[in-house]
Amino acid sequence: MAEKIKLQKFIDNYQLKNLTPEVDVSGIRVTLPELNRPALQLAGYFDHFDSERIQIIGYVEYTYLESLSDERKKFIYEKLMSFNIPCIIFCKNMEPDELFRETAIAHKIPILSTERRTSAFYAEAVRWLNVQLAPMINIHGVLVDVYGEGVLIMGESGIGKSEAALELIRRGHRLVTDDVVEIRKVSDETLVGSAPDITRHFIELRGIGIIDVKTIYGVECVKNTQNIDMVIKLEEWNRNKEYDRLGLTEEYTEFLGNKIVCHSIPIRPGRNLAVIVETAAANHRQKKMGYNAAVELYNRVQRNLSRKIAGEEDEDE
Amino acid sequence: MISKELVIHMKSGLEARPTAVLVQIACKYASSIYILKDNIRVNAKSIMGMMALTLVPGDRICLEVDGPDAVAAISEIEAYLGQE
Repeated sequence: MAEKIKLQKFIDNYQLKNLTPEVDVSGIRVTLPELNRPALQLAGYFDHFDSERIQIIGYVEYTYLESLSDERKKFIYEKLMSFNIPCIIFCKNMEPDELFRETAIAHKIPILSTERRTSAFYAEAVRWLNVQLAPMINIHGVLVDVYGEGVLIMGESGIGKSEAALELIRRGHRLVTDDVVEIRKVSDETLVGSAPDITRHFIELRGIGIIDVKTIYGVECVKNTQNIDMVIKLEEWNRNKEYDRLGLTEEYTEFLGNKIVCHSIPIRPGRNLAVIVETAAANHRQKKMGYNAAVELYNRVQRNLSRKIAGEEDEDE
Repeated sequence: MISKELVIHMKSGLEARPTAVLVQIACKYASSIYILKDNIRVNAKSIMGMMALTLVPGDRICLEVDGPDAVAAISEIEAYLGQE
């Protein structure tokens, strides 16, 4: 679970200017994916103050602060900074007055600034924080982008996941991660997969060792993140198990409470896995676009049957 | 399923080579072997997974082993990780 991120990561991502280098930010964490514009707090109303959020100061707050008397400023700043605020950000390159800065330093609250517009920055930061702070799990599998569909290949060690991934890469698809997939639940509909930093774009092939896909096959073969659209479970062929023959009913698997379409594919020597995965991905895409081959076949069979039955009745008469 | 808590003792942590050896040990067994650290759960038979775990001395991990040879697997892994 990613319950918090370092403030430094947020600063780096948006290249924020640090107006208080005196304050050490290395120990500060962001825990909430929302921001707060402290307009009411600056006006003196501190009930229900979301102080754990990043505070963001726009033009309205800024001009209001300018209008205050020195005495009032002192009182408000003291009160505001007495809360445990992760940081305060000034937008549109605005800068706080010296008293604001001094009070913040005294309370070890960093003040940052950005050249972006307030509402645009607000929306963008909320989006980014939601991804960063989303619930996360690690699972064993391979994630590949096949025709734009995020296909998560799962199965026991040694069943051939990495080999399938390599073949897909050679056929022009993109690797996201091999062996370990970090899955983040960005929303109730969306799961995003990525690689742990350490193993990003590496594949392990039994008998050969570690391969860096990005340097061997080039940047066009890799991707950093990908939505997960379907799961393919590879398993040893089991005589007693029934495999899906039509695809009329969908099976699902669940990650972090989100349902994902899942196909179990039996492995036997000589089956070309990459083509099967490609076909599954293309078929899933087609279904999303409104055409279902299994339903189409079913309809044809039904039509044929009813025609025959009607025809026989004709002859009887 | 058997689970067991362990502490890493290896002085320089689990570098690439010791990790590969650990994965080889795990692969000898038919049981499924998972290692838990904080909230991350990794298949011990996966080189990439184990590398991503970055185990350093003092780390507490939990072994989760399930299968016919679970007892033997746990004792061999425990002996290996117990080295300095």
